[in-house]
Amino acid sequence: MDIAVCIKRVPETAEAAVNIDSSEKRIVEDQLVFDINEADNYALEEALLLREKEEGEITLFTVGPEKSDEVMKMGLAKGATRGVRITPENLDSIDSYTIAKLLAEQIKEGKFDIILTGCISSDAGNSQVGVTLAELLGIPHASLVIKMELEDGNAIVQRELEGGLLEELKIKLPAVFTIQTGINEPRYASILGIKRAAQKEIKVVGHITGEGMKTEIVKMYYPPAGKMAEILEGGPDEVSGKLCEVLKGKGLL
Amino acid sequence: MTKDIYVIVEHRQENIRDITFELLTKGYELSKDRGKLNAVLLGYQNEKLVDSLKPFADTIINIEDERLKDFNAEYYQIALSSLLQEKKPFITLTGQTAFGIDFAPSLATSLDMPYTADCINVEIDNEKVLTEKQIYGGKVNSKVLLADNWGYIVSLRPGSFAPKEGELSAEVTTVPSAITEDIDYRNFVQYVEAVKGEVDITQSDIVIGIGRGIKEDKNLPLMEEFAKSIGGVLACSRPVVDAGWLPKDRQVGSSGKTVKPKLYIAVGISGAFQHVMGMKAADIIVAINKDPNAPIFTVADYGIVADLFQVIPKLNAKITEMKGA
Repeated sequence: MDIAVCIKRVPETAEAAVNIDSSEKRIVEDQLVFDINEADNYALEEALLLREKEEGEITLFTVGPEKSDEVMKMGLAKGATRGVRITPENLDSIDSYTIAKLLAEQIKEGKFDIILTGCISSDAGNSQVGVTLAELLGIPHASLVIKMELEDGNAIVQRELEGGLLEELKIKLPAVFTIQTGINEPRYASILGIKRAAQKEIKVVGHITGEGMKTEIVKMYYPPAGKMAEILEGGPDEVSGKLCEVLKGKGLL
Repeated sequence: MTKDIYVIVEHRQENIRDITFELLTKGYELSKDRGKLNAVLLGYQNEKLVDSLKPFADTIINIEDERLKDFNAEYYQIALSSLLQEKKPFITLTGQTAFGIDFAPSLATSLDMPYTADCINVEIDNEKVLTEKQIYGGKVNSKVLLADNWGYIVSLRPGSFAPKEGELSAEVTTVPSAITEDIDYRNFVQYVEAVKGEVDITQSDIVIGIGRGIKEDKNLPLMEEFAKSIGGVLACSRPVVDAGWLPKDRQVGSSGKTVKPKLYIAVGISGAFQHVMGMKAADIIVAINKDPNAPIFTVADYGIVADLFQVIPKLNAKITEMKGA
């Protein structure tokens, strides 16, 4: 059972200020902290769990800059066998379709039974790469997978739909699955794992250009100021008092 | 040559999903002076669904096949790629939902067609197709240009367009399904309903939603105490469920529950659209978050920009005092 896991290094922007650079096509990355994309981390864990049941190799793939090696190394420390980093010369302007194309070119070289990736990235948020990759590889897929079991060359998966409803499918392997957060509990790398990772290979695929882009970011801008909450000002004690008054006035306390 | 707009109808368990009417509303605007608005319905025994769509489109393209009864991305792709290649619509709209996410990217790829996902708007400028997106968790927007082609697929984020009343009366065109053979590589097995928990968060007048900002599960008792003192129930955003701190039936959002309480207090929730979908209909929304740029403040009526661990204990004390008085 050989598994490919596609991961991405992304900035943590949930609690950080995000600024657009002078090109108006990118954000300023200097002040941001980067980590593995959250859903990809669950995909990696799912691969590690599958391998605990059936022997095999786990190969990590990423399309990103040299700094992506940091998140690759963390994946290798957790138990992945090797990594492949694809760094196209036009990395700054490639779209999700081209990322999938670059991944497909490398992944089709190996004979993988299962290909996993996160169901969404926290930066662009397209939920596009995994499903596109399946089509380019000519194999089936299921997106938003929240439960997964293997059975005689098939995967029985549950997809998470709206309102808590789940959809159970039987998918023939090889196949691509995009993994939803919460499917498992991602582990931390052990000290021993980190030591071992130093010996593992990260193959670099460079000197290539991503071609055939379908979309292009023309401009980035800050969301227009729309409706904004009335901000209650003051220290913790003062704002608590103000909020209580507001709620009391509305008959909610 | 007319340039038609296609909307792929999303339905599940015999009901048309709300997103369909949002797509048809935007589709109608795009089709004006350009071509016809077509609702494309793939299913089996579609009579009832067809009737409910009639006021919202110029044409309903009805494709019936027993194998289309329950959604299957592979069958959808066979039927739709054949239809799109033959009819050559200008823009095909889908929703950024569990349905659209699962078939639109591969359909577009099979047709070598430009596709943009999760758009909050789409416009046509000199026959160029441009979309707007929210990226980096809603902190930045981007304008995206699609490469020149005869047709495009655009997925729209749910809640981006308020559906309007339908005033049209569609004619129905039945198109034979292009599905020839049964496939064996993807089979729909069954729907699995959500597990019901002890507390039904949709029934409470006051809901306290907690998010990633509570940091650790050891802070849960403080939040439970707050919910109790204000007379509400404790609910949460996705990361809290993912971490296993609260059960799935407490999750508010598109993949969880939709609540419409009199008061919703979002504590340590940044306001990802998936969460907002589930609570924006609350009468009064209060947000407590230390990040002044958190998108939740654009949804809330009242905001407190502060460390929740400093505010919640004070708020708890004040509420207990007021209620006791």
